[in-house]
Amino acid sequence: MADARIQVPAQVRRGEAFEVKVIIRHAMETGYRLTDDGKPIPRNVIREVTCRYNKVEVFRAETSSGISANPLITFYVMARDSGELVFDWIDDTGVRGTERAPVSVAG
Amino acid sequence: MMLMAAAFLLGAAACLAQAQQRNIALPELRSGSTYMSPDIKAMQDDTFANPAMLWVEKGAKLWNAATGASAQACASCHKDAAASMKGVAARHPAFDNKAGKLLNLEGRINQCRTARQGAPALAYESEELLALTAYVAHQSRGLPLNVAIHDGARPHFERGQVLYQRRMGQMNLACMHCHEWNAGKRLLAEPISQGHGNAYPAYRLEWQAAGSLHRRLRACYFGVRAEMPLPGAQDLLDLELYLGWRGQALLVETPGVRR
Ligand code: HEC
Ligand code: HEC
Repeated sequence: MADARIQVPAQVRRGEAFEVKVIIRHAMETGYRLTDDGKPIPRNVIREVTCRYNKVEVFRAETSSGISANPLITFYVMARDSGELVFDWIDDTGVRGTERAPVSVAG
Repeated sequence: MMLMAAAFLLGAAACLAQAQQRNIALPELRSGSTYMSPDIKAMQDDTFANPAMLWVEKGAKLWNAATGASAQACASCHKDAAASMKGVAARHPAFDNKAGKLLNLEGRINQCRTARQGAPALAYESEELLALTAYVAHQSRGLPLNVAIHDGARPHFERGQVLYQRRMGQMNLACMHCHEWNAGKRLLAEPISQGHGNAYPAYRLEWQAAGSLHRRLRACYFGVRAEMPLPGAQDLLDLELYLGWRGQALLVETPGVRR
């Protein structure tokens, strides 16, 4: 299933920073809500998101109950070599997700 | 010649009758997105940041996935959705003569699933049905709403119109009291729009998810403290047809983003 969408420029220049955007599909149950019959709904949010660029970690976010559902995360990465970005994330129930995007470096 | 003139006059009379029923003249129609704050409008227009695109993409995957006894995908018969589904959402709901009933896009998709794919119908408001509906409707983005009100559709249209004007709930308000008499004003913090369905399925920040037009309509019933019809109920289908006619010529924006 489409668990995440990643946006990277079609081509980036070596030595320059480029913008990476990722939007991850997750309902992010805050842990503060109750069912109709009053039972608490356990918290289930993404705890951690990492991004590796050619196997080297370049980004890590530790998230908690304040995070919105289906969050959009944006950051910059320095272009080195062509290859790929790999995102990994895990939620409170231990469910993991992963999605990748190619990076094409010129120069 | 005489006949042609008579036919022309008849046609003009029919147009007039329709024009008279319009409480909002066509040039005054405004999509709900024009009532949104600039940041929400920007989120809708940014095809990457629009969170409902997650559903559209999921719909694209489902479109290509073989399921059911036939082991066929939607794509096996309809090929490229960009061509085959273009304009389809804009003319739904539509009356299906063979089935003898009014079908909205969700109903049409489920018809193909059960009759042609040999798969069980998808539940209304399920992630799969929302995703497929958003994907199919997205192929009409930018095209004008254009529902047909002839023959079998006519009684549904008329019923939809009656429902639109009927007071309901503890607040004793009809759809038109908010969306026609008070459009442009505020209900507490919320701007009231003309109440069109041209952006659905849409992502609502309050829901933190994408939802169907029927889910939005249920929220309006809830707002006036009226009993809510189930998603897919005949009342909501008839209203959806009336909304399509009422918003005729507004462009499809699916998937929209709303507060
Ligand atoms: C008490 C006022 C009120 C009544 C009555 C009401 N609505 Fe709404 N409706 C709202 C508000 C507020 C919104 C959210 C803001 C907006 O888009 O107008 C809304 C949203 C909508 C939308 C979504 C518009 C968009 O662009 O996202 C539609 C469609 C709609 N209403 C249709 C109806 C129909 C059909 C009825 C009658 C069954 C109805 N409404 C009754 C207040 C009302
Ligand atoms: C076995 C072939 C087949 C499969 C599989 C199939 N369809 Fe269809 N579909 C048809 C036929 C035939 C029609 C009727 C075309 C007509 O009436 O002109 C149709 C009609 C439709 C329509 C209405 C088109 C219009 O112009 O009004 C939609 C929407 C639709 N299908 C969606 C889907 C979706 C979504 C799937 C997958 C879940 C799917 N179909 C799977 C054959 C198929």
